[in-house]
This record gives sequence, structure tokens and C-alpha cells, in this order.
Amino acid sequence: MTDRTEQGADAAGTPKDARPIKLACRNVWKLFGSNAANFIRERDGKASMAEVAAAGLVGAVRAVDLEIRQGEIFIIMGLSGSGKSTLVRCMSRLVEPTHGKVEFEGKDLLKISDAALIELRRHRMGMVFQNFALLPHLNVLENIAFPLSIQGQDRPTREARAREVIDLVGLRGREQFYPRELSGGQQQRVGIARSLATKPEIWFLDEPFSALDPLIRREMQDELMRLQTMLHKTIVFITHDFDEAIRLADRIAIMKDGEVIQIGTPEELVVDPATDYVAEFTRDVDRAKVISARGLMRACDGSDHGGTVAPDAKIASFSASIVAAGKPFAVVNGTGKPIGEVTPQAVIDLLAGIDRSGAGA
Amino acid sequence: MTATASASEARGRPVQVWLLVWTLALAIVLVTFLLQDSLLWAVNYPDSAVVPVADWVSALMRWIKSNLSWLTRSITAVLGVPLDFALNLLAKNFKFGHGADTVILPRLSWVGVCAAAFLAGHAVGRRKLGMLVGGCFLYIALFGQWTSAMLTLALISIAVPFCIVTGLFAGIWAWRKPWAERLIISPALDLMQTIPTFAYLIPMLLLFGNSPVSAMIATAIFATPPMVRATMLGLSRVPSEIDDFSEMAGCTARQKLWRVLLPSARPTLMVGVNQVIMLALNMVIIASMIGAGGLGYDVLLALRALKVGEAMEAGLAIVALAIALDRLSQAIAHNNAKGHVHQETNPVFWRRYPNLTLAIAILVVTTLLGLFVPAFAAVPKAITFTTAPLWKAAVNWVTINFFDVIEAFRVALILNVLNPVRAFCEGFPWLGAVFLLGLAGYQLSGLRLAALVAGLTAFCAVTGLWEKTMATVYLCGISAFIACLIGIPIGLMASRSDRLEKIVTPVIDTLQVLPSFCFIIPVVMLFRVGDVTAMIATVAFAVVPAIRYTNHGIRQVPPALIEAAKVSGCTPSQTFFRVQLPLALPEIMLGVNQTILMALAMIIICAMVGTRDLGQEVFIALSKADSGRGIVAGLAIAFIGIVADRLFNAWTAKARARLG
Repeated sequence: MTDRTEQGADAAGTPKDARPIKLACRNVWKLFGSNAANFIRERDGKASMAEVAAAGLVGAVRAVDLEIRQGEIFIIMGLSGSGKSTLVRCMSRLVEPTHGKVEFEGKDLLKISDAALIELRRHRMGMVFQNFALLPHLNVLENIAFPLSIQGQDRPTREARAREVIDLVGLRGREQFYPRELSGGQQQRVGIARSLATKPEIWFLDEPFSALDPLIRREMQDELMRLQTMLHKTIVFITHDFDEAIRLADRIAIMKDGEVIQIGTPEELVVDPATDYVAEFTRDVDRAKVISARGLMRACDGSDHGGTVAPDAKIASFSASIVAAGKPFAVVNGTGKPIGEVTPQAVIDLLAGIDRSGAGA
Repeated sequence: MTATASASEARGRPVQVWLLVWTLALAIVLVTFLLQDSLLWAVNYPDSAVVPVADWVSALMRWIKSNLSWLTRSITAVLGVPLDFALNLLAKNFKFGHGADTVILPRLSWVGVCAAAFLAGHAVGRRKLGMLVGGCFLYIALFGQWTSAMLTLALISIAVPFCIVTGLFAGIWAWRKPWAERLIISPALDLMQTIPTFAYLIPMLLLFGNSPVSAMIATAIFATPPMVRATMLGLSRVPSEIDDFSEMAGCTARQKLWRVLLPSARPTLMVGVNQVIMLALNMVIIASMIGAGGLGYDVLLALRALKVGEAMEAGLAIVALAIALDRLSQAIAHNNAKGHVHQETNPVFWRRYPNLTLAIAILVVTTLLGLFVPAFAAVPKAITFTTAPLWKAAVNWVTINFFDVIEAFRVALILNVLNPVRAFCEGFPWLGAVFLLGLAGYQLSGLRLAALVAGLTAFCAVTGLWEKTMATVYLCGISAFIACLIGIPIGLMASRSDRLEKIVTPVIDTLQVLPSFCFIIPVVMLFRVGDVTAMIATVAFAVVPAIRYTNHGIRQVPPALIEAAKVSGCTPSQTFFRVQLPLALPEIMLGVNQTILMALAMIIICAMVGTRDLGQEVFIALSKADSGRGIVAGLAIAFIGIVADRLFNAWTAKARARLG
């Protein structure tokens, strides 16, 4: 699967990401059932779904390979029971994988000592939970300062830091409130602030907005994007909502039955779904908001250009002006050199949902 | 029949097989019963084969007593310090020095304690609770029970923290180590909660003597189990996300437990604390037999002398104390469950804790005043009043006017119901009982349960207590049956009418907090001693769970199912009988199970009013300090409870599994 998507990425013309790999899963398995570890070791880390079932095991996570790069928002998307929650818990070692490697900056996370793991979690990882997981007996300030207090920081230091992140997530004035006095959105802001208090490098968000109303969810997604433009964390974000994934993701991994079926940018998934299952998700997506100029680009045929766009600009951002202009737009790279053009007809076809073969990637 | 059907489904055997097996089994037992003269060994356990477990236990206790007296003595000495302090503070006075230079520091003034009780209620539940709690204490003072009640309270106040700490640690251990829970904690808790209260007293009496300390130890042991269970439950109920969070925050195991899990479990823990307090109160009353003193002792003395008025008065003081403690601790638990609310914090202590500061101030001032004004030190005789003559007059009036009716009722009950059932039970072949119960265990759950049930039943016979066991079963069975007969219909009616529920709930809440002793007093006044008294007191005590669980079971049937039934055109009675009742049945059976266990506990205490069963055996052993006899009889009682409990639970689990 991974090979295929990598090729897909090249074909789509995305420049190879040069950012270092922060976290990687190498053939990670999580099987439930007796003697699961032996089962997978004997098969050298390879087993089909039928074999797993025949051995009486449940495969929550199967043969997952993925690499998450520093500073990207990597979304793991799947329906309930697809293993996405187990996978993210394998990555943070909340769940011990049955087989495989989880590498944090190239070091195998599964081999480090308990003390090292605690250090790692205290300073370099943060996590936000679906149902907020706030401590009911502590107020907002104490909840947010809690991870710092666990590290042994003194009260003035940790409360000063807590107040910083309280300002960051816009909760000033609520410091003395207890969780049950806050709305869901506010509670999750506390959860976010708490996970940011330790300045983590990698940030796990486990369906952070799924328990919220749709309008609040939207607001929180914007809030997350705002925070990310300031903080540039490496984000692993779990969701079952494909629209949310499309809105936020740099890259998306789609999971089904414990397996990753496809990894790619939203555009790649929409343009080139690996399976019918993926296609099913992408069918109702507003393509103009996902596909970029690069995706509709063709070689220049020498005609007049009505304007220029960047290769990464989404179609929706210039569709009105290109149709009004009635002329193709030149796609120019960073140095201002044209690398192709987008025609108004291609944009209209895309908006109307007409698929002329060859129009896509 | 339902049980048979469900069992056959699970085991894949046709219903007819089990029907046949049961018919055959019953036939065999019936034959044994009829041929008792020729098959005597199967009916009455032969005396020659009795295993002298009692003697072994006695020998063991003797050995402990003679070899470990240094240990028991040091325990007594260590525990005596805080206990004496509490006793002096609340009930007696502090005395330093001897003879002429004795310096006396007074106990807390009753005025101050009443005010503190009011403020405590006020702090956790506003004025209404404050009035109730303060009123209960004032009642105790004005009815002249102050010193006794404070003795009782002092014992509780030392035993309860001990229970909480022990229970917390045992619960944590069981939660951390599943093997410990399965092999040690769970069986120990089951045994502790089914061994009758009396049986606890005997070894304590033997090891620690007739003193408040041994009463306190018995109380502490008896009252600890709910705390263990609450801790286990609370910890296992902490949402897994909170658990994950503590890991991700980098908590060490200790930080996780003490700073995350236990605080998150606090609402459940507080429910445990409430139960501990109530059980401790119950036990302190009973432990008056081994030197606890206090209200229980007053009741005991009055009952022995058949002074019903005095017994009633002391009993009502127990009720007042029970209600005050229960409502107070429940309000605290309730506040915890609701969660915290922010408020302005003030750095000044007395502004931050105005109630606490005021309470301390009042206690200090009134106690100091007590040095000069005797009215503050002790409740002045002039303002106390007694209702004892009133009660006595009332009882006399009832006995004079209704003697014939009551006597006729009593005799009819004895002749027509109690005696025949008793004869049947006592003649029941022990081998038959072992066989039938084992068969039921096998059908409900399998070989393990069958072996457990049969083994425990056989214990009662093998130790030579078969007849007394069956006497207990008979009285407990009849009482539980009548309690269900009364309780289930009331529960059903309450579940169908919110108005009735509003009336029933406070009544059963109050019945539940009353120490078992209190139930005996009014019944003894009317029916004197004997099986009828025991039965009526037991029914009153054991009726609560039957009502509560039935009501709750019916009410928790999902509304969607009732709507579905209505939409499919069920009449109200069809909805009730074909949807609500079957779905609520497991819950109702749980209530029946509880009723049986409570009836068993109460029947044993009724030994005081002259029953002739295992309870009496323990009671006699207590007065003779015969540890072997008492402990073995106590175990036999516990085993009856465990057998009933396991069979019922297996059945309920099966019914639940079938309903999904």
C-alpha cells in the first residue's frame, strides 16, 4: 500500500518532503488473544486477515507502516472499530504493540526503559482526549498546571506557565472554574491547554472534537489551525469525520479493519482513491476545495493567460475569477516561471462534476 | 421453570432431561424422608461421625491466647490511646493525676456539640440539613441519653477512620493484583459480610477481653468491607481516558494512583464511607455485649430486664444518631458526586472556613463555660424529659385491651405456620439437601458451583449442627418469604405511581439506616419473646431491598421498549406483565437475594429474643466465651448465606445473559 501511495505522490508532482521524520511505525501489529506474540513472530510479521481470524485472534492493528514528518498534521481517519484509537495508543505506547517498531526520531520507542518513557511523555509528548479527561477535583488552572506539577515544578513557575497557555486558548477569567462548570468546547480548550503546557514536540489528538456540537466543532478546528500556525507542532490527529480530515490534514491515513489502506494528501485521496472504500468517502467532498491548480494543470499551449496562480492554490480560491476572465490562468512556481496552465473549461467541469478522462491527475 | 429452560438452552440439552432429573432427585429425597427410620444416617448426621472442628478452633484460640498475649496486649495499649482520648473528649472527662491532685479537664459541652452538629449540617446541606442534624443531637440531649450516645459516637469516630484507611489499602491492593482479589480479598469480603455480627465478638472477647478496645476492633473489622468494595469499584470506574491521560502526563505509578485515580474516584469512595459509618454504628450497638457501653448497652440492659420503656427510649436515641450520621455523610457524598464549584478563595482562614471556625469557637467557649456553669457541662436534669413511662403505659394499654387478639394471632401463627414448617425443615435429610443444592448449582453454573454449594452445606452437617442449621433456614426462609410477599407488591405499586414512591422512599431510607437492634424493641413489647417476635422483626428489617430493587428494576426498563409495546397495541396490563416484569426480573431477584441475606443477619440477632437456632448457639457461646462453638456456628451461618447468594447470583447472571 505504502509503495503505491508514494508513487502516487510522485506522479502528482508534489515535491518530496524534506522535513525529518519525527515518528514512524514499522510493521506495527496489535493482536488480542492468547499467544498473539508468538503467532506473529513465527510468521515473521506477516499474516493475512484470514490467518489471524483462524488463530482465534482479533487484529486491532495490522501491519501498519507510516512516517510522520516534523511539523505536519497527520490525520488517521477511520470508522469506529477500524483500529485508529489503538494505533495512536501504540504510537504513544499506552498500548504495547504485539509486533513491530515505533520509532521516535529514529529510536525504537518499544525498547526504551520505563523511566525514559516517563521522561519522554513528560517533556516531548502531549495528548488531547475525546472526552477531555479533565480531573474533576481540580480547577482549570490546576488542571492545566497538573502535568507540570507531576514533573516537580514549583507552584509559581507552573502557574505562570499555565496562565500563558490559558491566554493562548482564550480561557482567561475561567482559571478558578471546575470542569463541570464549563461547556464542552471550553472543557476541550482546557484539555488542549493542558497538553500544550509542557511544550510537547509531538501532539496526539484523539478525536478531540467528536464529542462537540457541529458549530463548536467548526470553531475548534479553526482554533487548532490558528494554534498550529503559531506553534508548528507535529500533530497526529484521529478522527472518524472525513470532512474534518480534509479540512485539517497535511496528509491522511485511511484505516479499515486495522489496516492502513491509503496514505496521501487530501488531494491525492480525492483524485486517486486506492480502493472503492476510500472512493466512497471522497465522493461527496467538495473537490474544488481540495484539488489544487497543480492537479488540473496541463502543459501551456501558447494561448493568452488571464492571470497567474500558485501550484498549490485550491481551485475554489480562483474559480470565480477564472470563469469571469474566460481565459486560462498560468500556473507559476516560486520564481514566477510558468509550469503549465489551468483552463476555465477544466474548472467548470470540475465544479459541475463532469469527469473527462485525463482531466485529473 | 424459567431457570430450567434457560439452563437447557445454555447447555444444549432439552428441557425434558432436566425435568426428568429433578423429578427423579425429588423422588429419591422424598423416599429418604419417608423412610427416615431405616435410613437414619441420611436424615440425621450420625453423632459418631461429627468432625470436632469446634474443638480444633478452641485449641487454636487457646494457643493464640497463651502465646500471643504480648501482641494482643500491645494492640490493646496502642489502640487504647486514641480511643481513650475520644471517649474522654466526648463522653467522660479528662483526668490527670491521682487522689487529691487530680486535675479534671471537662469533656466537650453538649451545647457546643449540638451547635457543631448544626453547623456541619449547614455547611454541607444548608439550613434544612443543619436543623435535622442539630435537632437529632438536641433530641438525644433532652431525652437524657447524652453520655451514652457520646460513648457510642466516640467509638465510631475512632473505628471509622481505621476502616477507611484499611479498606482503601485493601481495595487498592485488590485492584492492582487480580490474583489477590480473586484468591484473598473477594472470599474474605464474602465471608466477612455473611458471618453474623455476634460471631465477630467471640474471638475479640477472648483475645482482647471485655473492653471498649475489643468492641472497637470488632466494629472496625465488621465495617471495613464496604470501603474495600467501594475502592475497587471506584478505581475500576475511572474513565480509561483519565488513566491514559495520567500515563501521557508522565505520572509515576504512585503519582497516578494518589493524584489522579483516587481523587477521580472520590464520589464512589464517599458512598463507601457512608456505608462504613452506618455499619460501624450497627456494630457498635451490638458490640455493647463485649464492653462497648453506650446506647447499645442501655438497650441490652433494658431488654434483659424487660423494661420496654427504657429500651424504646435508648433505641430511639440510636435512631436519632443513625439518621444524623447517615444524612450528614450522604450529603457529603452527594456533594462530591455533583462535583466542585468555584468560589472566591480568601487567604484568611476564618473567612475561608466560616462554619468550621464558628464551630470550633462555640465548642471552646461552651466547654470553658462548662467549668463554671454546670448546665453547659452536663445536660441539666430539669430540662430533660423521659418518655419511658409513656411507652410503658402504651404497651400496658395494648396488652390489656388487645391481649386476646395478639395472643390468638401469635398462637395461630405458631401452630399453623411456624411449627409445621419447622418440623419439615428439621426432619429434612441432610444428604438430600446436599444432593439437591449441588444439583441446582450444577444446573445453574457447572461443577465448580455444585462442589462449592454441596461442600458448604455438608460442612453444616459434618460439624454436627444440622438440626440448628435447618432451624435457622426455616425461620430465615419464612421471614424472607413474607418480606418478599409484602415488599415486592409495594415495590411494584411504587414503580407505577410517583406519588407512592415519594412516600415509600423516605420510609425505606430510614428503615435501612436503623441498626438491627432497634427492630426488636417494639416487637418484643407486643409479642414477648419467641419465634413470632423474631419473625416479625426480621420481616421489618429485611423488607427494604425487596421494595427498593423491585421499584428500581421496573423503573429502569428503557422507555423505548415501553413505547414500542404501546405502539404494538399492548394494554397497560399487557405492557406490565409481558414487557416490564420479565425485563425487571433479574433486578427483582437481586432484591430477593438481598432480602434473604438481611433476613439471615437479623435472625441471628434475634437469638436475644429466644430463638432456637444457630444464632442461639453463637449467643450461648458468647456468654460462655466458648470460641470454638461460636466460630463454627458462625461459619455455618455464613455458609447458609453464601450458598443462597451464589445460587441466586448464578440464576440472575443467567437470566441477564438471556435478556442481553
